[in-house]
Amino acid sequence: MGRSAFLAVLTTMILGVVTLEAGYRSVVASGQEKPSAMEVRIDNFSFGPAVLAVPVGTTVTWTNRDDIPHTVVSSDDPKAFKSKVLDTDEKFSFTFSKTGTYPYFCSIHPKMTGKVVVQ
Amino acid sequence: MFDARKKDEILHDHNRDGVDRRGFLKCMAWAGTGAFCVMQGGVLKSYSLSRLPEMSPKDAMGELSFVQISDSHMGFNKPANPDVAGTLQVAVDKINKLSAAPEFMLHTGDVSHLSKPEEFDAVDQILKSAKPQDVFYVPGEHDVLNDDGKQFLERYGKGSKGAGWYSFEKKGVHFIGLVNVMNLKAGGLGTLGHDQLEWLEDDVAHLKSSTPIVVFAHIPLWSVYPEWGWGTEDSAQALAYLKKFGSVTVLNGHIHQTMQKVEGNVTFHTAASTAFPQPQPGKADSPGPMKVPAEQLRSILGITDVNYVQGKHALAIVDSSLA
Repeated sequence: MGRSAFLAVLTTMILGVVTLEAGYRSVVASGQEKPSAMEVRIDNFSFGPAVLAVPVGTTVTWTNRDDIPHTVVSSDDPKAFKSKVLDTDEKFSFTFSKTGTYPYFCSIHPKMTGKVVVQ
Repeated sequence: MFDARKKDEILHDHNRDGVDRRGFLKCMAWAGTGAFCVMQGGVLKSYSLSRLPEMSPKDAMGELSFVQISDSHMGFNKPANPDVAGTLQVAVDKINKLSAAPEFMLHTGDVSHLSKPEEFDAVDQILKSAKPQDVFYVPGEHDVLNDDGKQFLERYGKGSKGAGWYSFEKKGVHFIGLVNVMNLKAGGLGTLGHDQLEWLEDDVAHLKSSTPIVVFAHIPLWSVYPEWGWGTEDSAQALAYLKKFGSVTVLNGHIHQTMQKVEGNVTFHTAASTAFPQPQPGKADSPGPMKVPAEQLRSILGITDVNYVQGKHALAIVDSSLA
């Protein structure tokens, strides 16, 4: 085909790919716009991730993968949440229905700290 | 407790100058079997042993002998030690074999692993076979989960105040049990709290400065390694109340390894666990249970034998492993 025709086809293809990609992104984005569950992994005497940003209404689940028990306790007074003792593989969940910053720590090993930022 | 007939028994009084190089090497050779040496300002000092093997038990007036055990973590069952009941029993058997039966025992906390009733029951059962039947407890953070320590107080805190602090006398030595595992704050260390400190000030106010003092609490009362929470925020205030005394011994647990520090008239000592070891400060990512080859485990778990000889400045503290 002629050069201009080739360029036209190429442009169409590129535009087509861009459109498809944009369409894909918007599908993924809408899927991520309102996640309902987020995870924090407790391991090696630390919370991972240490700072977790979530939208309002999210339920966060902490899972203890360490070989020693831990707790998840809000640092605020009064405490926004407080788990029972979590042995290895035990979980604790809390749903954040109000915006704000929620620092927390392990009441058994108080050097372990984390934060949930709810927007 | 090692055999004092071995000829290189350490006899240096810690009040004298440090041990010379030969003494240092002797000291290090003993480290594996349980003698205690400490570096202070670059100078090595060793602790004189109580002469139990030579003296008859009821001999000297004021002779006092007791054992410290710690961190039995009943209920722990991970690879670092799948049989903590077994190793606690080995510790009891070892105590029962000591040449002079200790009069009583101190348990410096983390009796249980998850504060479960059956865990406390199991420890009580095992300790029934120990010759010294009097046991004085202070809680570790693992003993006060879920119920702010109510269960621990009911079991072991008769006659104690507040969260479980108390004092008693034995043969002229004043013992003080402190609780520094309650109300731990985010990012914080162990804490004694205002009420307990006030009680302590009052408790020792009337004592003569020549009274030997033994303080026992779970978390170290000196800053072993703050990054891992190995210290007590307000211990300086407690130590200030004890400043007037000529001999203060502080016995702690929590870090699952033996460590000692001498500061003036105060000797700080932490005990090994009867359950599992933990890494030395900074030598691992976290202070979690340290796995060692199974055949080595018992050589790093242990008990602490403490002897007081009237007239001697320092209590003689001897750690020995279970193997």
